[in-house]
Amino acid sequence: MTKRVLSGLHFMQGNVACAEGAIAAGCRFFAGYPITPASEIAERMARRLPEVGGTYAQMEDEIGSIAAVVGASWTGTKAMTATSGPGISLMLENIGYAIATETPCVIVNVQRGAPSTGTPSLPLQGDVIQARRGSHGEYEIIALAPSSPQEMFDLTIKAFNLSEKLRTPVFILADAFVGHMREEVMIPEEDKINLVERKLPSSGMNFNEYKSSLDEDVAPMPIFGKGFKSHVTGSTHNSYGKRKVADPEALDYYIKSLNNKIRKYKKEIISVESDIKDSEVVLVSYGTTYRVVREARRRLEEEGINVGSFRLVSLWPFPDEEVENLARKVKKILVLENNLGQMVSYVKAAAKGEAEVVFLPPRILGTLHDPDTVVRKVKEVIG
Amino acid sequence: MKMVHPLIKYVRPGYLSTTTCSGCGNGIVAQSVLRAIDELKMNIDDFVFVSGIGCAAWIPSPFFNADVLHTTHGRPIAFATGVKLSSPELKVMVISGDGDLVAIGGNHFIHAARRNIDLTVICVNNGIYGMTGGQVAPTTPFGLKTTTTPYGNAERPFDLCKLGEAAGAVYVARWTTYHARQLTKSVKKAIQKKGFCFIEVVSQCPVQFGRRTGAGDAVAMMQGYKNNSVNIKKIGKLKEEELEGKIVVGEFVDREGPELCEEIAKMRERIG
Repeated sequence: MTKRVLSGLHFMQGNVACAEGAIAAGCRFFAGYPITPASEIAERMARRLPEVGGTYAQMEDEIGSIAAVVGASWTGTKAMTATSGPGISLMLENIGYAIATETPCVIVNVQRGAPSTGTPSLPLQGDVIQARRGSHGEYEIIALAPSSPQEMFDLTIKAFNLSEKLRTPVFILADAFVGHMREEVMIPEEDKINLVERKLPSSGMNFNEYKSSLDEDVAPMPIFGKGFKSHVTGSTHNSYGKRKVADPEALDYYIKSLNNKIRKYKKEIISVESDIKDSEVVLVSYGTTYRVVREARRRLEEEGINVGSFRLVSLWPFPDEEVENLARKVKKILVLENNLGQMVSYVKAAAKGEAEVVFLPPRILGTLHDPDTVVRKVKEVIG
Repeated sequence: MKMVHPLIKYVRPGYLSTTTCSGCGNGIVAQSVLRAIDELKMNIDDFVFVSGIGCAAWIPSPFFNADVLHTTHGRPIAFATGVKLSSPELKVMVISGDGDLVAIGGNHFIHAARRNIDLTVICVNNGIYGMTGGQVAPTTPFGLKTTTTPYGNAERPFDLCKLGEAAGAVYVARWTTYHARQLTKSVKKAIQKKGFCFIEVVSQCPVQFGRRTGAGDAVAMMQGYKNNSVNIKKIGKLKEEELEGKIVVGEFVDREGPELCEEIAKMRERIG
């Protein structure tokens, strides 16, 4: 019997670590469509899932992939898809469906460069706002940003746990750097991995009479095949799951319930790594730009210059309170992103003018920031 | 004695008013499906009904008192694929319209047929977009005037059964709503058969199709189905010009092929 969890120390590619994280989290269904730079996740899942009793489906497109993932999740199976920007663009309508129907699933976006076909093999943090607002309507989303192959493993497990706990899709926002990077990955023993499972109704529960779907923060999921007679719809529905499409009050209650669910658990979802000590200048980063921050800080420290680091491990929901607190403590915030400025607007809004917010893109998009450039910029900002 | 419809036991309690217009063919299709399950003495709790967007998608949703997944436009077969692959023990049936399954969802339809995944797909074909107000569909007859073909339809319609057959479905049948009994038989057959089974039901939309095209009310349209249908078994004797304007009904395909879930199960055993 092949091992479900490959415990031990590995030299492993980020995409492969993501797939292993999924298997370790109990994911037993993957549907996808090949795309650079995410294909290795599908390839690993195609090999591993049948070994552990799971199912890999290569669909005709990304629209079908996320649809199959949602369908699988409704049978009580933990399910995932992985793609890159063009695939996410195709999936967005059904990602909205997963949010509307409170379907747990994990969506991995190994980001590549530029709009449209763009540059398949080069990374850009170009889809950060897309993950937040890409689908139509009004919703909250959860997104996590790994900065190493180890975190491709760890955060994939965390993504499954959050999705199961809150009955909602969760994004992994990786990029081509971290997806294709090979590093040490420590996979813990199976019994050391903490897993969360979705709440199920007690058997025999009649969902025609059960008023729950919106009144509880996270209602138990009446999965298929258990006699719950579930009615799952992406239309606006009331607390009994009954479609209500001409009533503004029903719409208001429905949207607010879905959104408040995530907002209420913000503290549990949000994850930041803050190391600011007495610094007046702090570098804000996420995903692979965090690697630049580490190196730039090391070089600055050699010169006796102390700058802080504030790293967003989770991107959405945005840690506005945490950033506001940060802004009160420091004078200047440098935001490093591998794009032309997506999160910086959120940082500025959250800082409320308490600190000066400066945006710092790499000199060449699709490459990471040169640490020396960051060092120079920090010195310039310090003045 | 209180009269109760024999199939009411399959209807979700509290959902007795439908959204369909009077004269719509949806009710006939709903009855055929429920009657097939009833006659087979199967438990409706073993079924998952999946539908998309459009009038026909409202046949199972929310009315069937079973697990119902009412999905996005065009995608029910892809959602159903995920349900079936992860729970092969469930009976999964897709009921939706021609716009949903073969216009926006055409790619999922042909690929599910190619994979031969064990699904029953019932396409209610009214030849038009009913819910949105009578726009041309890929099933609208050539030359017909609709709200988006005010000068006549310049495109040829799909033959859905030929499409299903060419893509690899193991069972393909077409009936009209006039053929309720034959339709029920076909649904029973499709439920019991392993693999991708496709049934097209030519159905009247008296409001958007009948009124705009001059086909008349529901009774006139069903009369038309009665008069203009030819069974595939009798087609050999007819000349091509005699088939002009006819609806060919019957069973077109009933064959065997490797079913996807079974093949995956075998693969797991092989490598385990």
